[in-house]
Amino acid sequence: MSFVKGLECRECGQKYPKEPLHVCETCFGPLEVVYDYDRIKKSISREGILSRPKNLWRYRELLPIDGEPRAGLYSGFTPLVRADRLAEVFGVKELYIKDDSVNHPTFSYKDRVVSVAISKAIEFGFDTVSCASTGNLANAVAAHAAKAGLNCYVFIPDGLEQGKIIGSAIYGPRTVAIKGNYDDVNRLCSEIADKYGWAFVNVNLRPYYAEGAKTHGFEVAEQLGWKLPRHIVVASAGGTILPKIAKAFKELKQVGLVEDGECRIYSAQASGCAPIIQALKRGTDLISPVKPNTIASSIAIGNPADGYYVLQAVKESGGWGESVTDAEILDAIKLLARTEGIFTEPAGGTEVAVTRKLIQQGRIPRDESIVISVTGNGYKTLEVVAKSVEQPFTIKANLKDFDELYLELNQPSPGKAVASEG
Amino acid sequence: MANPKEKVCERVYLTFPKELVREPVVCWLAKKFDITFNIRGSTVTAEMGLVALEIDGERQEVNRAVEWLKEKGVIVEPIEKNVIE
Repeated sequence: MSFVKGLECRECGQKYPKEPLHVCETCFGPLEVVYDYDRIKKSISREGILSRPKNLWRYRELLPIDGEPRAGLYSGFTPLVRADRLAEVFGVKELYIKDDSVNHPTFSYKDRVVSVAISKAIEFGFDTVSCASTGNLANAVAAHAAKAGLNCYVFIPDGLEQGKIIGSAIYGPRTVAIKGNYDDVNRLCSEIADKYGWAFVNVNLRPYYAEGAKTHGFEVAEQLGWKLPRHIVVASAGGTILPKIAKAFKELKQVGLVEDGECRIYSAQASGCAPIIQALKRGTDLISPVKPNTIASSIAIGNPADGYYVLQAVKESGGWGESVTDAEILDAIKLLARTEGIFTEPAGGTEVAVTRKLIQQGRIPRDESIVISVTGNGYKTLEVVAKSVEQPFTIKANLKDFDELYLELNQPSPGKAVASEG
Repeated sequence: MANPKEKVCERVYLTFPKELVREPVVCWLAKKFDITFNIRGSTVTAEMGLVALEIDGERQEVNRAVEWLKEKGVIVEPIEKNVIE
């Protein structure tokens, strides 16, 4: 049973049917999925959700599919980790990591959006799915397409590192490297999506695709005992996930799954690519494009399509945003790994570092619940931290050598202690 | 190879930096190229300008117009903006 009424332009409000459309024909505004919340409220319940398998489809009434889910049956429901050791360092009372670095099957939050997009692509009758990506999105599309038995085309900018190509190529898509800069690749992909009639997940299926990001927010609330956190920090790249978490929290209240409570939402960006944070600090809704220059490549989008909606969601919630340097991102990756045993990529390092900064600034109070959304996995970006971790100590294969090393390593070292910032 | 005479309709977002906001760039675009275009949305402030444009014409001419805009310093993107994620 579907609870989707149709699509609606976020700018001019014009209504469209449930079809593979993504922009308003009148004003070119983005289209948004609209639900019949009155009917959902009558049909959804906490008990019903709790009785379902632990994947992102437990909230299916609030997702834009008509029939049974066709992809992502093992995706979502990632751990919400109580981060007491990191909380101690930050000097805060209640801190959690929403850990999408272990999302199934490709270790990033993109498994959520792609699960919904591929399910919808099958419903629409597409036999080929596609995307343009430099990493996490391509990994997810290629893997989910393989599982669903669909043809898959992945477009990448020419010259991308081999490591990033293999992470998608292993699933067997056709990979096309496009010569030219990112703008040229964007234009061509838009044209291909238009001409070939494929399910280009983040182009013509974008309204459905983006809805998958809400499940990150639904899960946080469920895992907190059907409560919203007081504060949540999320990285912003193209700007998909943050407004969708805001939408998820609103919907949970609207359909009665969460009674009330307000959550302030904070945007995190790398200083080397922070168009949203710059606009936020300038007090404008207009985002000036920037040329990215940061190690956080998975969130390095210079002109975010949904940046305006990130600003709206942040302001509406009473939240804020910050940017952090590459050095701060690296430190935060290591800090998260060494306090909580979670290895994230630079996007997650950005989220942790920005949280730290916002706490230090007093923007996030120390005595209220805080969730950091960690959206990707560090094993995909080993090169970023390779030079900043301790190298192995090499010894000969005899006990005496190890005894000496052990003594040396256990000399008191004031630098080893992790100090609290509270 | 795409046919340069093929009729195309391209939908783009133009971002005008502060330095170009006071220049009549869209007027020059109309005079210099054999294309027709329709403005579907726009926001212009002293800091920057955003214009959503639908450009019709022969592929070669539309491409020339887009290249000229880029040379002037205008950022030209598909209406989806960042397709690469």
